[in-house]
Amino acid sequence: MVEPKVQGNISPVGENKPRIDAREKVTGAAVYADDIQFGNGLLHARIKRSPHPHALIKKIDVTKARALPGVKAVVTGEDFPGYIGLYLQDRYIFCRDRVRYVGDPVAGVAASSVEIAEQALDLIEVEYELLPPVLDPEFGAGAEAPLLHPDLGKYVVANFIFPQAGTNISNHFKIRKGDVDGAWEQCAAVVERKYRIPHIQHVPIETHVAIAKVEVTGEITLWGSSQSPFAQRNLIAQSMGISQSKMRVIAPFVGGGFGCKAGVSMEALAVAIATKVKGHPVKLVLTREEEFYTAFVRQGLVAYFKIGCDAQGRLLAMENKFYWDGGAYTEYGVNVTRASGYSSSGPYEVPNIKTDSCCVYTNHPVGGPMRGFGMPEMHAGLEQCIDELALQIKMDAVDFRRLNCLKTGSSLVTGSRMHPTGLPQCIEKAADAIGWGRKAPASAPNKRRGKGLALMWKAPAMPPNAGSSAWVELAEDGSLNVGVGGQDLGQGVFTVAAQMAAAALGVPYESVRVAIPVDTRYSPYEWQTVASRLTWSMGNAIVNAAKDARRQILETVSAAWEEPIENLDIVNGVVISFKSEKEVPLKNLVIYGLPKPDGQGWRGGPIVGRGNFMPTYVTGLDPETGQGERAVVHYTTGAQAVELEVDLETGRIDILRGVSAFDVGKAINPELVKAQMEGGFVQGMSSALFESLQLKGGVLQNPSFVDYRIATSTDAPKDLEAFIVEVPQDDGPWGARGIGEHSMVPTIPAIANAIYDAVGIRLDGPPFTAEKVYLAMLDAGIVK
Amino acid sequence: MAFHKINITVNGAQEQVVVPSNMTLMQMLRESLALTGTKNGCSAGECGACTALMNGEPVNTCMVLAAECDGVEIVTVEGLADDNRLSPLQEAMLATGGVQCGFCTPGVLISSRALLDRNPNPSEDEIREALVGNLCRCTGYVRIIEAVKAAARTQVAASA
Repeated sequence: MVEPKVQGNISPVGENKPRIDAREKVTGAAVYADDIQFGNGLLHARIKRSPHPHALIKKIDVTKARALPGVKAVVTGEDFPGYIGLYLQDRYIFCRDRVRYVGDPVAGVAASSVEIAEQALDLIEVEYELLPPVLDPEFGAGAEAPLLHPDLGKYVVANFIFPQAGTNISNHFKIRKGDVDGAWEQCAAVVERKYRIPHIQHVPIETHVAIAKVEVTGEITLWGSSQSPFAQRNLIAQSMGISQSKMRVIAPFVGGGFGCKAGVSMEALAVAIATKVKGHPVKLVLTREEEFYTAFVRQGLVAYFKIGCDAQGRLLAMENKFYWDGGAYTEYGVNVTRASGYSSSGPYEVPNIKTDSCCVYTNHPVGGPMRGFGMPEMHAGLEQCIDELALQIKMDAVDFRRLNCLKTGSSLVTGSRMHPTGLPQCIEKAADAIGWGRKAPASAPNKRRGKGLALMWKAPAMPPNAGSSAWVELAEDGSLNVGVGGQDLGQGVFTVAAQMAAAALGVPYESVRVAIPVDTRYSPYEWQTVASRLTWSMGNAIVNAAKDARRQILETVSAAWEEPIENLDIVNGVVISFKSEKEVPLKNLVIYGLPKPDGQGWRGGPIVGRGNFMPTYVTGLDPETGQGERAVVHYTTGAQAVELEVDLETGRIDILRGVSAFDVGKAINPELVKAQMEGGFVQGMSSALFESLQLKGGVLQNPSFVDYRIATSTDAPKDLEAFIVEVPQDDGPWGARGIGEHSMVPTIPAIANAIYDAVGIRLDGPPFTAEKVYLAMLDAGIVK
Repeated sequence: MAFHKINITVNGAQEQVVVPSNMTLMQMLRESLALTGTKNGCSAGECGACTALMNGEPVNTCMVLAAECDGVEIVTVEGLADDNRLSPLQEAMLATGGVQCGFCTPGVLISSRALLDRNPNPSEDEIREALVGNLCRCTGYVRIIEAVKAAARTQVAASA
């Protein structure tokens, strides 16, 4: 464990320090991308999009649009031949030969106003030859399906992704461990189920915003609402065929991301258009309607589970098939498929397991990363099967989980051993807090009450060598400026960054600021703000930078005082010697150094500490078996439990109480950790009860807040409780690991299990809307 | 496009603005007056991020035409703090942790302010009802609701 020396009693780590950005955010002063003022040179962009799910582009005529007064540029795919994509480069910036979903960009306009740009879109004439679409991932994976990416075999791809050329399968991840076929006959109980998890959308309250400006020299600046300024620099530069050094991304505050602002999506459109109007900033703001189906969506899943246990309830075998509805382009979604594959046992020790996780191209919106990265979808089914198995062998569902859950040293699905984990403690906390085993009476005669519990695990899903870096510098008054390349999406990472820097260097939290906005020209490199990896990875880089600054400071003082470094410490912004009891405040030395004792010359100089962190130990997995030495950096584990009521007359679900317990290793800021657990629970609850992108023939039927309902203030449970479990991560700062995404992973199955407990029905997938619940109760004869 | 000259009071300051017929109050605040604290989340009156007080009542400013605002009084999030001193609501949002990404925060603060102005001691259900038009995707609302309760307590204590 990286354990920086704790600075007496002033360490802010583990304290509920106030958010570093809250004052700006409650006064309206916080600047988001759409708030930046660009003056009169600003042009407005709009995008012409495909109305068809699958078609060849025969002809695009932009002459009338170009002739419209106020139109400054009209661009099409003809001008931008480069592919783009994070793990699999399968996407053009603008479509060139073919459109693959309703919303696929075919042309872009820059004009002096949004209204003129929209008029110009109507003047662009596109001739299509319609092709049969693929609207179901299972069908899409088969041989009869039309091929959506004939060039799949030629695409540039990361070495841990396995596209199947000549099919629509853009990644096939396999697990083969033990003898699954031989294990079934030893099973006393087997559950086989199919679940269908619908597409949903992240729904940040701020839609995607990008402003791009291309200088006459060719240098590009992009301002965007972004989780991934450095990945955008890299991928857009590659696609445009320019040096990364000519691409600058500035990322102000983000109004919610949840994954959809990771990687590159609409940002490349703004950059491409801006290349045709050099010197003018070009702004593209997605409308709410566009946000629903042209930004990343959470891909749909068709999942088959077959799970068996012996008479004592010990899990023996599992056979899983996942068909991910990856959508038109799976440049990012291929890794969701991989993550769900290497996590496909759920948080359990299963000796025999076989998994096939396939990412399938369809003519649906583009699937991408969303909070949980495949885990909420996969756990939704798996954690219901666990309840059903326990029921079959007449075992309490929590006892079943106690028996089978991963413990420190358990054998994992990929063949390695589980690191220290607090999952068993999480189960106890959640079960205890929900009053497991005790049934309270319903609040009314027409209601039935139930309780449900579910577990989860999740690793950061990322390339094995995703890196972080940081710097710290001190100002004349001894205050600390921390440079980071990660982004605060609301989770509070800037606050946590300041706490860690303060603790590692030995200065008060109040004297730390974070150097924002993140700007790839000045900020240190960070892979992306994804995977719940920043507290851990960026945190390590910050600690290393602070230690580097600390070393420089102490060396200077050591030489000046002629005392060994071991005698010295930095406490509350003051360098002290335990031995000589001398003191010098940082402000007296961090810029100008210290004078030599004889007054002849100086020592030291302006202090800048630098640090980085990159995991170096993740190994590849065998492509045929998914077995390997170390699949991932670590797993965060946890449990949630709910108590709810089902209204027999309407089918309406009321969540009365929600309980979360997660092992975060170490809570750097416990209230921020609890806030993640609460917010994640409600987002998970919203996905369980309300949310579904209704796609008919590839066309989204509900792209508005009226028709796509998310949880409101009246839906949130009145009783939410969060428990922090701390079993330290060996390479986390102070032992910390991530929590951002995990908090919505077990919510769907916890609610589904509670519905079963209340009324004895199970649905084949969320959302558990009142209508679906009522009809299922009618089918089951529970209501008449 | 016709243009209209309107006189409007925004956060206590009198302004004269020339606005095109199709400009919304939200656009006027953000673009003509550079009061970008008022946020655009949907431009359809569905998310509440652009909520401001219009003659004391909370409105979705994306659904109001600026040209119709001659003579009205507007309060935006920028008008809640008294110079550098935060209002009890703002202080409470800091204290309870009701802020995450912050994009819904201005609208939430305005709707809460309107609630406390008409009902200084609201019940939890009344608070939830008052905020039902302000969508938040980060917090799960719990800490926001706590903040309104805390601010109500502070205000009641201050006026007692």
